[in-house]
Amino acid sequence: MAQVFVCSELEMKDGDVRIVRQDRVEVGIYRHAGSYYAYRNLCAHQGGPACEGIIRNKVVDILAPDKSFLGQTYDEDEPHIVCPWHGWEYKLKTGECAPDPKLKLRRHDVVQREGGIYVVI
Amino acid sequence: MNVMTPIVRDPNQQKFDTANHLAHAAQQAEDRRYEDFMIVDVDSHHYETGSYKDIFQYIEDPVMRDQFVYTKGQTMMLRSTGGFQEMAGRIARYEYRNSEQAAEGGRHKDITLTLKWMDAMGVDVACVFPTPMLGLGLNPIVEVEVQYARAYNRWLTEHILAAEPRIVSMLYLPMNDPAAALKMVEDFSGRQGVVGFLVTTVRYKPLYSNVYMKLYRALEERGLPIAFHAATNWGDQSMNITNRFIASHALGFTWFNIVHMTNWVVNGVPERFPGLKSIWIESGLAWVPFLMQRLDNEYMMRSSEAPTLKRKPSDYMREMYYTSQPMEMIGNRTMLEETFKMIAADTQLVYASDYPHWDMDLPSTIYDLPFLSLQAKKNILGETARKLFKLDTVLSPQKQARLKARAAA
Ligand code: FES
Repeated sequence: MAQVFVCSELEMKDGDVRIVRQDRVEVGIYRHAGSYYAYRNLCAHQGGPACEGIIRNKVVDILAPDKSFLGQTYDEDEPHIVCPWHGWEYKLKTGECAPDPKLKLRRHDVVQREGGIYVVI
Repeated sequence: MNVMTPIVRDPNQQKFDTANHLAHAAQQAEDRRYEDFMIVDVDSHHYETGSYKDIFQYIEDPVMRDQFVYTKGQTMMLRSTGGFQEMAGRIARYEYRNSEQAAEGGRHKDITLTLKWMDAMGVDVACVFPTPMLGLGLNPIVEVEVQYARAYNRWLTEHILAAEPRIVSMLYLPMNDPAAALKMVEDFSGRQGVVGFLVTTVRYKPLYSNVYMKLYRALEERGLPIAFHAATNWGDQSMNITNRFIASHALGFTWFNIVHMTNWVVNGVPERFPGLKSIWIESGLAWVPFLMQRLDNEYMMRSSEAPTLKRKPSDYMREMYYTSQPMEMIGNRTMLEETFKMIAADTQLVYASDYPHWDMDLPSTIYDLPFLSLQAKKNILGETARKLFKLDTVLSPQKQARLKARAAA
């Protein structure tokens, strides 16, 4: 295990991502609402670069009290990491695959110290 | 803990490049040593829309040519297939593919880009099909299908297939005009890279019709397979009660092959043309055991309605060929293994990526299946298609170089 330097804290703002490669291991580091998250850049589907796609909030159906369909919207509190190969979605805050939480992106620890961001690989 | 110096990048600042996009596929190819055997991809695509200007010049009817030019191809789109393949920006290659620079030694962009993804995945030979043309069979103007198919086939054979031996195709048949379809076979078979002919199955003319018998005979005589490529038609009466693309796609891409396969079998076409090989493309695999069981069950009660058959429907279906993509890999491995057995996958299943479309499958979807022998994997990934298309055994220059490097090490 090693702490791998990603960048200075000043370089990442909310919504940003960095991909770090150390030997054969690639990790995506995210900043969201002031917190950092890091996951292995390897999709549980066909091994695609899961952390290189877009971030898109979870889509929800809006239902009326009588259960009729009113439309759709995004859940602002539930951003998803979207794998660019086929669109599998993972919860940014946990790495769980949105439609099947048994499948996960492998999580890595992020360390902030002396103004720098480090990921443990 | 040590502190180490890594490579750090911001993916949002990178220009789209097929090799980057598929870097993980290239790693899989290397790790699995795909250089040890040939991989043939039986269903992949290019976007003919990027070459419309050139293709339109091949339209023989001058009036229709002008119509295509001035509608910028919309003449061909008089139909309602449609769909949201790009998933609102989620599938990166849809949005960015047009921005990729691909000029290389004067070669056509489609050749350069195709070879790029083939090399990343470890594919040696790819059978390439068009994209919007998959819905051309719905066009209400029969001459549009005939004229455009002929123009496209001329353009494809002269500019792509003749220029790159690793790219082959099965050429579009304008089935709404049976005589024109037959003429297509007569005129184009034997050209470099033409390994068969293609019926797009979003169409509403029954394939058992007597008007097609000369066509089937011509293909059988030439030893060329007939392929059936599925798609969906959101405007179909049954599909247009679906409101989400997932529904139209999941159903449509199997439904049209199910209908045509059923007609093909119960009318005894395989019995009438025993030498005609058929390939069923892009419906996944789960539909095949379903249809085999369903037809066999009914055939035992109603064989009088399918008197040309000498065996059960499933016996004919087991002798046909199926492309693997999009393989239903979610959930039940036992079911998948049973499916492979039911379709005699060792000899009848052929790998397809469908790249660059949204639900593409990598060769690892086959290679990593634990229940297959190494020989079965090699058959499915390349050998069966190589024999079917009568191809030489070839490895890409990249794979040859890897073999050399291994030998030298
Ligand atoms: S590999 Fe990630 S969605 Fe398929």
